[in-house]
Amino acid sequence: MKAMTIAEKILASHAGRDTVKPGELIDVSVDLVLANDITAPLAIREFGKLGVDRVFDCERIVLVPDHFTPNKDIQSAEQAKLVREFARRYGIRWYFEVGRMGIEHALLPEQGLVGPGDVVVGADSHTCTYGALGAFATGMGSTDIAVAMATGRIWMKVPESLRFELSGQLQPWVSGKDLILYIIGMIGVEGARYEAIEFIGDAVACLGMDSRLTVSNMAIEAGAKAGIFGVDDVTRTYINGRLKRTHREFTSDAGATYRASYQIDVSTIEPQVAFPHLPSNAKPISQVGEVPIDQVVIGSCTNGRWDDLVEAANVLRGRTVSPNLRCIIIPGTQDIHLRAMREGLAEVFVEAGAVFSTPTCGPCLGGHMGILAAGERCVSTTNRNFVGRMGHTTSKVYLANPAVAAATAVLGRIAGPRELGL
Amino acid sequence: MTISGKGWKYGDNVDTDAIIPARYLNTSDETELAKHCMEDIDAGFARAVKPGDIIAAGNNFGCGSSREHAPLAIKASGVACVVAASFARIFYRNALNIGLPILECPEAAADALAGHTLEVDLAAGMIRNLSTGNSYHAAPYPPFMLELIEAGGLVPYTRQQLAEHG
Ligand code: SF4
Repeated sequence: MKAMTIAEKILASHAGRDTVKPGELIDVSVDLVLANDITAPLAIREFGKLGVDRVFDCERIVLVPDHFTPNKDIQSAEQAKLVREFARRYGIRWYFEVGRMGIEHALLPEQGLVGPGDVVVGADSHTCTYGALGAFATGMGSTDIAVAMATGRIWMKVPESLRFELSGQLQPWVSGKDLILYIIGMIGVEGARYEAIEFIGDAVACLGMDSRLTVSNMAIEAGAKAGIFGVDDVTRTYINGRLKRTHREFTSDAGATYRASYQIDVSTIEPQVAFPHLPSNAKPISQVGEVPIDQVVIGSCTNGRWDDLVEAANVLRGRTVSPNLRCIIIPGTQDIHLRAMREGLAEVFVEAGAVFSTPTCGPCLGGHMGILAAGERCVSTTNRNFVGRMGHTTSKVYLANPAVAAATAVLGRIAGPRELGL
Repeated sequence: MTISGKGWKYGDNVDTDAIIPARYLNTSDETELAKHCMEDIDAGFARAVKPGDIIAAGNNFGCGSSREHAPLAIKASGVACVVAASFARIFYRNALNIGLPILECPEAAADALAGHTLEVDLAAGMIRNLSTGNSYHAAPYPPFMLELIEAGGLVPYTRQQLAEHG
């Protein structure tokens, strides 16, 4: 049989076929359909035009009000209400109310709703996050999601694959965020347009799940349709006792075809900072220079997970936030929030003079909870630094990992933890 | 399904702002959107375009935002098909989902000039330039995609499917 990549194998299995090849249009069954408080209302409107009175499977739809929640104004409250009512009416099992929710792409893996071999579609571009678990997951428009909610099926074009072979060991204070910023800097924001990126090599075994989720999360920032890791012991340990459904492991064949292959020795990578206004403007921390900062945000679907908060706390413990700067720390989910309180992280953050908030997308998309004024500069652990992304069109966003963000919060200018003697 | 019409020619990276500027997104009324289609790169397009016309363009057609308004504006302007060297991913999906046929074929796109008469057979993936006499093959659509386009897009197609198969 034809040699295939992991992406091709997952898609073939969901199209009921033995093989698929790049460029083919196929009709696939989906394991999970996702929407949030911004995209679900549009999808619900299109769903209404389908003339159906049920969803394909109320156990396989996830609705997460995470963007403008707890509701920031009347309009967002109306949107959230629409989603809540739809969830009640159709008996959606995985509707997460405020107080039990989290940022969707932090929440779904944590709650065991996605697993290896799944096809997941979401009305959110960062749905590609679940590639970290060996799933084929991708973002789409609201019309697509409406139809997927009704039928459990979706059409797809089989993407070509790109291979990144990672070797070596990461330096201290370097994590998945630096790896993906480095890769986007290397291939550009269109470098993987329409393609599936696959991450393999010795260095992958040393990457924890939280780092992998960060890497896959930002595959879209290189234009990719998916960013996939193979399944190994790290994956198995993560899903064990957590995953709510059965799963299937797929592995790329030795002779599979890739559009291109890259080799990266990860031991050469320093902490990266992506300068305004593209994620591809990445520079190593040693070349950043003197950049004073007004606000630091640690959180989001990119870096709001447990390992991220631990990194930030390891830098902030016993130190204080610079008097010239605001530091806002947002855990990705309720579980992470609770654990941060139980294990003393919350105390570290508040004692350092930072805000420690309930889970929300909030400032990541310039929604609420930390909007930037004209000309302000922000170091953020989020994924996009486009013009006006976090506030005024003249504000500037620098993307970095949580340790760099925390060190920046202490020193009031962009800095790595090494400058604090760590 | 064979389409034939007059060709319109554009270059690389025609973005969704060029197709329908953001200032007109306060409506989703298709005829209203069509009045401003291509306005910022070709002010004469909306008035002169005729039902059945075909757009030929370079690489990365429809790049930029995910607005479904862009393919909607093109479709409502009467354009029957877009032939381009390549399409941006989200535009590609959105176009087919709202029932606007599009074909990827760099050679055919390069051969076409404004005013040429083009003929497209979607089922065969065949593009003929009647003005130059050249023919080209794009990958043909599988049957389900042809049905989807003929039904007028993903929502009407799914309605049909659900009515037939329950
Ligand atoms: S945290 Fe930011 S990038 Fe992630 S889902 Fe929310 S708004 Fe989107």
